[in-house]
Amino acid sequence: MAPNVKDRPVLRRRRRSGGRPSYWSGLGAAFWLVIVAIPLYFLVATSLRGSGDYMSEGPLAIPDNLTFDNYLNVFEVGFLRFLGNSLIVALGAVGLVLLVAVPAAFGIVRSRSRVVATTFSLFLLGLAVPAQAVIIPVYLLITRMNLYDTLIAVILPTAAFSLPISILVLTSSLRDVPGSLYEAMALDGATNRQVFLRLVLPLSRPGVMTVAIFVGLNAWNNFIFPLVLTQSESTRVLPLGLWAFQTQYGTDVPGLMAAVVLSSLPILALYLFGRRQLLGGLAAGFGK
Amino acid sequence: MRSTYTTERPGFVWVAPALLFFGLFGLGPVLIVLYLSLTDWSGLGAPEWVGLDNWVRLGEDEQVRSSLGITLFLTLLCWATQTPMALAFGSWAAGTQKSRAVVSSIFFLPLLLSTAAIALLWKAILEPHYGLPGQIGPLFGFNGNVLGDSTLALYAIAFIVLWQFLPFHMLLYQAAARQVPRSLYEAAELDGASPFQRFLRITVPQLRHTIIASSVLMIVGSMTYFETVLLLTNGGPGNATRILPLYMYTQGFVSFEMGYASAIAVVLVVLGTGLSLLVVRVTGYSRMTSQREGI
Repeated sequence: MAPNVKDRPVLRRRRRSGGRPSYWSGLGAAFWLVIVAIPLYFLVATSLRGSGDYMSEGPLAIPDNLTFDNYLNVFEVGFLRFLGNSLIVALGAVGLVLLVAVPAAFGIVRSRSRVVATTFSLFLLGLAVPAQAVIIPVYLLITRMNLYDTLIAVILPTAAFSLPISILVLTSSLRDVPGSLYEAMALDGATNRQVFLRLVLPLSRPGVMTVAIFVGLNAWNNFIFPLVLTQSESTRVLPLGLWAFQTQYGTDVPGLMAAVVLSSLPILALYLFGRRQLLGGLAAGFGK
Repeated sequence: MRSTYTTERPGFVWVAPALLFFGLFGLGPVLIVLYLSLTDWSGLGAPEWVGLDNWVRLGEDEQVRSSLGITLFLTLLCWATQTPMALAFGSWAAGTQKSRAVVSSIFFLPLLLSTAAIALLWKAILEPHYGLPGQIGPLFGFNGNVLGDSTLALYAIAFIVLWQFLPFHMLLYQAAARQVPRSLYEAAELDGASPFQRFLRITVPQLRHTIIASSVLMIVGSMTYFETVLLLTNGGPGNATRILPLYMYTQGFVSFEMGYASAIAVVLVVLGTGLSLLVVRVTGYSRMTSQREGI
């Protein structure tokens, strides 16, 4: 009996370290794989179908005649302009956030002032404020500033609501910088500005990267702020462009699917070339 | 003396721009919405003070009560489906096997689509005539109109939310599960614990901080279901999916009753913030100091 009892765990461990998958989790993963894959297949397959074929072929049939006409049509209804607007909003929001958040993170990490500590807790409180719930006062502010229906109107609140999480990510990345580095610079008589430019900026690069991706994606996907703060076609961003496409050409499902694919290509490219950074940026600060 | 001067500390001035900016567009609106809820405002001109009129109306509005119920139900449903699945798949994806890495990179694909894109994709899939249920449904005696059915529509939205956000929460759990010390699993294995026991007794307790963070994000994020609902059903059929954020949006930007919509918005702010704080309090997040207790 005794050797048997002794052997069993060892045997188990060996099998485990050989990578024996747990059947249940494997089965569950396979099931979810199908659930994820079918809609994505539908998306791509439909976007390559002729509009006539969409009605006659089944939703999951392999398209008989592949056509890129749907994609060409999307470009004719102003896709490039919407793409450009979305890029401006994303870059604008990222730039604005980094401009104020990096110095703030430096201040929060290094300052001993109580006011600064209170400021940090205000930002933490801001994490819990849902942007959707305050669209009406934001609309009031934007119209009063005569910014309604401009891209700046979208950039300002988008950036503001990204600030709490950005500051959280940047402060936690700056806290890892050893205090001796600051002291060494101070001994050389460096001012705050010099410390910031020569020490903080270079060392906060990973945090800045994470924040840039997080804020950029948020701005890119944002729907509610553009919805209530813009109206004309010249300021339309991609998500609203998709919606407008659906209302105008509701029956042209292949065209709409082509638009959806095109609108996602930039992020797909990011995913392919910088998967680690993209996923890290998405999980910004929460993945601990 | 310059020589005794050791370290110059940055002052408030470094934080001021961020605070000013966030105060204007982030915290300011919370105060403004409270003020607007006491006014009558069409979106043009100046808001007119009406005292508690909107709040009295809110108390008597049947739609608010029903929307609140739908909102809470949907939030709970989404939380109850996403959390166990994200936890299970996240810890599964934390494994270093090549196959898991490949499969999870496909799991993450919905993250690349915007909410609008996902809503419109599913609207096409659920199209009553040419979509999936339209083709398969008749075989089971179902007409295929998922979004036209007042019960199914709500579950369909919960499912689409799951499809969209599961990868994000999975990502959080994956990152956290990778930080759980291997030694714990090895010890449990030596004690003869089954994989399921190890998951329940080691992975879940070790990930409790992530469970809280992810739950809070789901609650605050439940406001974003608004976009999915707006694009898929616009609150219909009837009022079956008219969640509170959507009702606020319609009151404010379709009926231009911004004052009344602001009162609903205040409820939303209190609800979102309150529920998040409740989760943090009940689960004792603030009392926990070490994530690595017992090691």
